[in-house]
Amino acid sequence: MNVSLRLLKEMVPGLEGSAEDVAGHLALRGAPVDEIVSPGEALADIVVGKVLSAAQHPNADRLSVCEVDGGDGVVQVVCGAPNVKGGTFYPFAPVGAVLPGDFKIKKAKIRGEVSQGMLCSARELGLGQEHDGILELEGDFTPGDSFVGALGLDDATLDVEITANRGDLLSHAGVARELASDEGGAVRLAEIPGGPEWAREPGDRIEYTVGQSRVASRGVTIEISEPTLCHRFLGIIIRGVKVGPSPAWLQERLRGMGARPINNVVDATNYVMHELGQPMHAYDLDRVGGGSLTVRLAGESESTFSTLDGEERAIMPSMLMVCDADGPVGIGGVMGGLDSEVEDDTTNVLLEAALWEPKQIRRTRRALVMSTDASYRFERGVDPEGMKAAIERCLAVILATAGGEVDGPGLDCCPTPFVSAVVDLRLSRIERVLGIPFDAEAVESLLRPLGFVVEGARAGEAPTGGPDTVLQVRVPGYRSYDVTREVDLIEEVARTHGFDQFPDTLGPARPGTVPDHPLFLLEDELRAGLVAEGLLEAHTPAFAPPGEGDVEVSNPLASTEPFMRAALLPALLRRIEHNLAHGNRDARLFEIGTSFRRAGAGEAPHEATHVATVLTGLRAPSHWSQPDAPIEVWDLKALSEVVTKIVFRGSGQVRPHGGTDGTDAAGRAIPRHFDPELSLEIVDPDGAVVGFAGRIVDGAVDTPVWAGDVWGLEVRLPEIPPARPVVTHLPLPTFPASERDLALTVPDTLAAADVRAHIEQAAGKELESVELFDVYTGEGVSEASRSIAFRLRFRSPTRTLKDKDVDKRVQVVLKRLEEDLGVTRRG
Amino acid sequence: MSDSNPIDALTALEAEALAAIEAAEDGDTLERVRVTYLGRSDGRISAILRGLGQLDPAMRPKVGQRANQVKSVVSTALEERSAALAGPAAAGGLDLSLPSRPRWKGGLHPITQAVDEIWHIFRDLGFSRARGPEADTEWYNFEALNTPLDHPAADEQDTLYLVDSVLLRSHTSPVQMRTMEQYDPPIRIIAPGWVYRRDTYDATHTPAFMQIEGLVVDEGVSFVDFKATLAEFARRYWGPDTQVRFRPSFFPFTEPSAEVDVKRVITRPDGSRHETDWLEIMGAGMVDPNVIANAGYDPERYTGWAFGMGPARIAMMKHGVDDLRTFFENDVRFLEQFS
Repeated sequence: MNVSLRLLKEMVPGLEGSAEDVAGHLALRGAPVDEIVSPGEALADIVVGKVLSAAQHPNADRLSVCEVDGGDGVVQVVCGAPNVKGGTFYPFAPVGAVLPGDFKIKKAKIRGEVSQGMLCSARELGLGQEHDGILELEGDFTPGDSFVGALGLDDATLDVEITANRGDLLSHAGVARELASDEGGAVRLAEIPGGPEWAREPGDRIEYTVGQSRVASRGVTIEISEPTLCHRFLGIIIRGVKVGPSPAWLQERLRGMGARPINNVVDATNYVMHELGQPMHAYDLDRVGGGSLTVRLAGESESTFSTLDGEERAIMPSMLMVCDADGPVGIGGVMGGLDSEVEDDTTNVLLEAALWEPKQIRRTRRALVMSTDASYRFERGVDPEGMKAAIERCLAVILATAGGEVDGPGLDCCPTPFVSAVVDLRLSRIERVLGIPFDAEAVESLLRPLGFVVEGARAGEAPTGGPDTVLQVRVPGYRSYDVTREVDLIEEVARTHGFDQFPDTLGPARPGTVPDHPLFLLEDELRAGLVAEGLLEAHTPAFAPPGEGDVEVSNPLASTEPFMRAALLPALLRRIEHNLAHGNRDARLFEIGTSFRRAGAGEAPHEATHVATVLTGLRAPSHWSQPDAPIEVWDLKALSEVVTKIVFRGSGQVRPHGGTDGTDAAGRAIPRHFDPELSLEIVDPDGAVVGFAGRIVDGAVDTPVWAGDVWGLEVRLPEIPPARPVVTHLPLPTFPASERDLALTVPDTLAAADVRAHIEQAAGKELESVELFDVYTGEGVSEASRSIAFRLRFRSPTRTLKDKDVDKRVQVVLKRLEEDLGVTRRG
Repeated sequence: MSDSNPIDALTALEAEALAAIEAAEDGDTLERVRVTYLGRSDGRISAILRGLGQLDPAMRPKVGQRANQVKSVVSTALEERSAALAGPAAAGGLDLSLPSRPRWKGGLHPITQAVDEIWHIFRDLGFSRARGPEADTEWYNFEALNTPLDHPAADEQDTLYLVDSVLLRSHTSPVQMRTMEQYDPPIRIIAPGWVYRRDTYDATHTPAFMQIEGLVVDEGVSFVDFKATLAEFARRYWGPDTQVRFRPSFFPFTEPSAEVDVKRVITRPDGSRHETDWLEIMGAGMVDPNVIANAGYDPERYTGWAFGMGPARIAMMKHGVDDLRTFFENDVRFLEQFS
């Protein structure tokens, strides 16, 4: 909301201080100021100058030599503008003046002629783009007058941020009320030069003909056929107006309000809307068919309507229209129509001030995908008690600026008269919510300046005035939308008392019943584990392009990818592309985030928390002592084991991906970015595959030629992480161990893990550990086989093992390996 | 020079040995030099010492003394040369000024770090962490939070929808209702998580961002507790000199509602201190009784307060990041700065 500081000061007697002071004040009342625009601020040095004479420069065709009266004697000025002429007023920057942009005017000699100052164009003053000539001032001035004062540029416009509950602040009167309340003072309306005597105190200054759903006067009829959607419709007939530009005072005020002057009648309606918050409309009465206005829902056949902005709007039967005998002339509370607009030749005007149901306005303007000054206010609530004051104020402005006469009584069609609410307010409840006590007198003095009336006090069990007192508070019309409950009044008490006046001493508090969510704890552990592995955490938004998810956003922005991701890895791979494209060869990223999968029709999607990592480049940073080595599958497998161990708290498994045909052991397809020949699967303690790790296939990532392989991993975290197992400690051994090394010839078709499992099974309970310490192919190893060396360690908790016992176990192992798997000791 | 004078012969031998040592360019050569002169069996100096018994007894002590002196000089020279050949700076061992063996530095995303810092303070103040779904219903996102869908307040956060009444939560406040439904008072939680808005990417907006919700509900919780706890948080986060300001505002699910601003005191490198402008850090307020009632609690008995803040904004302030999009680029050169 744009607020004119000058008008505000006129409305609040005693309001002083700069725009910044007022802004600071408003911020603490809940209406912060986003921006202050004061076009005159940079022009303090500029005065009104009168050019007494302008003559051709003797040495330059395009320059003039002027005699200028700047109020401080006559000086000579060289001017390049084609429009300079004697006897005219212009903005004048004397020597020493500073123009916007820190441009200082100095005495100069231009082509041999002395120039003491500058006549200015609009652009040079920062007042517009006009640069064809200097700015000609119309009117009568005294040379040396402040230019800013002469043009009324000494106003500041405050852009006030109004919260959705405070429709009453969408007017100067509303903002003024907040500021005046500190002084307990009232708001007065600004003078209307040339207006009727009562112009500053409108409201019931004229007679009205009243009707519930239909009212007629002087050939004009107003009818409301939807009483729940249009609560009241006021009209005033004015005949004999002369449409033309508004006088300077009205134009100045409108500019200060951030509005653009159009003509006196339209300006009057706009002025009153900004001043009092009541949107108004002026019809050219001679263009209102049959002189009748009916508020009704749009007819089936009325599918389009041209609004006064020239747009053709699609109308639906749910929309409320203001119609004349020939059809719609306005979309009620949103925008008037093109055909009944006031134009230069208008002489008879029907003025409208109506009150629309906020929800209806909201539905309509959303359906039309538009918002107007009027709909914005009606949606947030317009003062039902201020309608007569507003329409009469508007009348006063029209009479003062466009002339004319009121024809007959006003029309007041009112199906649902407004009744103000009385809300009970318990002093005990105030203390309970706010933490400090307020007595009845204090509450009254805090609420009264805002327009609330404490009409009575009812005793509870204790005498009146005690904490059991219940106050009956009448709510003014302009607050009837947001103050309907006790707590709404308590907020007003706190706000007016001042939030900063409350103590902020910490009191005791009981611990809560909610445990720290176990998934947060797991995420903490996982993050710590991956950071220890040298990975950097990434954050990517959960939006995805087509093909990377099946949950679609129904109203995405063009710039937003329209799906929700099913996996984290694709976005992380794009982050790898970004890093490679910026020359970062080594990138090790991880992310923990939500993935989305479509559920049943109309249902919220399934969500799961995933962890994903991507790695490329060297396994360790370069060091002078050793050659560089790229990340290889064994590094990825180790990382997968770290992740699995953390996620499943010690259980779970990492195993080779089930086949080379692109499916896992359960026949499910491996995510397409993994190379099926170099991939692992992550299995949860129940045996379900919950993730994959592997080399990212060539082409899945757009990489420069110098880039190394890219490796990835993604695992779905359990909804409820398994509890950490309780460790039962094993006593440390007291007897020595015996070790045996076995080099075995293993066919390529047999997995090392299977051989190892077989050894563990066959070696008996005294086997303490099996370590695979060498893999060898080449000379001495038969075709299609490799030599794998295991170190078996045996130990008994109760005795020292004898060599022959150990040898016997080894023989059993070898026999079983040979018989069951065809694996023999390497000769 | 005469062979008959063993003293002269020793001096000559000494010079010859020292020259040979100096000339040796590697360890093997040096070892051969050692064997030639000091070798136990047939080293030339060793041989002289061994042959002392055959000398004239009068000469014996003098020659013996000199021979031992030569042996010592040559031994020292051998050691020094050996050390010199091992490396110029390694006279006392390895050159430990060489760079160490590096490891990849891991690190948390700066926004996670902000979330964790905030969480740790609230943990110390007795809070735990709660969570809820990111795709939720209109009921949890709006209506349960006293925000009718036909009220303009529902527009303020332009919401992304999935199907019908299912949307991407526009704030973490749905976790308030979901937590209260599941647990009885006292409630004392924060809820960090992602939220979504129909915003385009620019320096201060992204369509997905982190938010941290806070909720306290119990008997006897008042506006004073609300102010005190959040002011305490601000002083713990930004330092004891931080000023905290509560400005009236509006959120449908709190009443009274406030915006909370902080003014920090910054110490410059030269030791001078100066105050920042007021910076908005969160929206907050007393939980609206309608919200308490929607959770199935008795609003006459229970009161509470809640807040919502943006850790990305706080991280921007803290680290001097002026474009929110930087956090989503995930350039390792950026992320490493926070590791």
